[in-house]
Amino acid sequence: MAKQHITFKLNGKQIETLVEPRELLVHTLRENLSLTGTHIGCESSHCGVCTVDMNGQSVKSCTVLAVQADNAELKTVEGLAEADGLHEVQKAFIEEHGLQCGFCTTGMMMRAYRFLQENPNPSEEEIRWGMSGNLCRCTGYQNIIKAVQTAAKNLQAAEKSVEHV
Amino acid sequence: MIPSEFEYHKATSIQDAIAKLAENDEAKIIAGGHSLLPMMKLRFAEPPCLIDINGIDELRGIHVEGDTLVIGAMNTENEVLNSALVKEKCALLTEAIKLVADPQVRNRGTIGGDVAHGDPGNDHPAIMLALDAEFVLEGPDGKRTVPANGFFLGTYWTELEDGELLTQIRVPVKQPHVGYGYAKLKRKTGDYAVAGSPVYVKMDGDTVADIRIGLTNVAPCAFRAEAAESLIRGKAISEELLKAAGELIIDACDPAEDLRGSPEYKSHMAAEMAKRAIRQAVEDARN
Repeated sequence: MAKQHITFKLNGKQIETLVEPRELLVHTLRENLSLTGTHIGCESSHCGVCTVDMNGQSVKSCTVLAVQADNAELKTVEGLAEADGLHEVQKAFIEEHGLQCGFCTTGMMMRAYRFLQENPNPSEEEIRWGMSGNLCRCTGYQNIIKAVQTAAKNLQAAEKSVEHV
Repeated sequence: MIPSEFEYHKATSIQDAIAKLAENDEAKIIAGGHSLLPMMKLRFAEPPCLIDINGIDELRGIHVEGDTLVIGAMNTENEVLNSALVKEKCALLTEAIKLVADPQVRNRGTIGGDVAHGDPGNDHPAIMLALDAEFVLEGPDGKRTVPANGFFLGTYWTELEDGELLTQIRVPVKQPHVGYGYAKLKRKTGDYAVAGSPVYVKMDGDTVADIRIGLTNVAPCAFRAEAAESLIRGKAISEELLKAAGELIIDACDPAEDLRGSPEYKSHMAAEMAKRAIRQAVEDARN
């Protein structure tokens, strides 16, 4: 099947590549662009380890065709840290021990990154609902919830300090 | 896990999608892709050609026409969930979509795809039956509007003809003395319902003037529990009446045995979900 030419913005960089229509976005990221931070788990849109940000929304990249990402703006975990260090979500996962084996962590962090923009000051119940598309098979959910709470608090504090300047 | 090879075309308008469907034998429409792509990965479906309708703006948007809420087929679940207009005019959709799949899937999966796919486990078919919705279908011979009641014919089998596209969902706006209820049992977030039931009631004082009971995933396709509806219509709700209606619902169910349980268990759960939804709907009609 003829390959198709697609372009998208990935972690701020413009990318051009050729993909087969049947190629899934997660394979383009991992195998074509060597960005292996986005993991492959269930491959059936249940587990959420392949979560990336596409046009400002969380999506499961195992269930999006790469050709559907043509002209999209994408962010993966490799693009989460900023020039001055780790993102608040990453720091909070370290601080709260929000990971055990680490397999689900990149998907959890990418979902938390977007969720906290959708709902900057969530209750615990809202966090559980907002993060419900991501599974942790170590069942380390309590600390993941704490990490999202801590990230929310620190992101809000950072925003307030910017307002005061 | 990747699908077998296929050609991929992007449609730019409804007419373009219909033309591309006519040009490509056995082509399938891809909307959100969250039912179709998993089936293609498992090779349960191997369409030689996909026509992507994500770029068609005329399939988006939600507005009111008189007493009808008009929802473009390509609205994602989250777009319908977050619509203030939907919440005001038909809150059953808002409440039910909270229980559909998970946040990421709701960002891609569309209300039209859920209706048109014909999977008995999908949530919207029974909701559309309870709401007495209509669907607008467009094809090479023009446009037709069909009622949800009669649209669902079997597993992956609907009134949608080859070459046709579902473009709009038309839902009656909530009227005074009308109430909605929704109950869904699922093992975990993201799983299909063991059983689900959306309910519409119209009350006349304490009497149920009209009722529609939809049922999800307890037969080859979504259906209405018509015997139970007939029993309840014209009466006041009591626990004895609900018990009798529940027996009729159990008799009407024909679920397949799978990991979610035996046919007997699923039928009992369907009756329980319907009873809960009926109680909710009667309460909702009072407010």
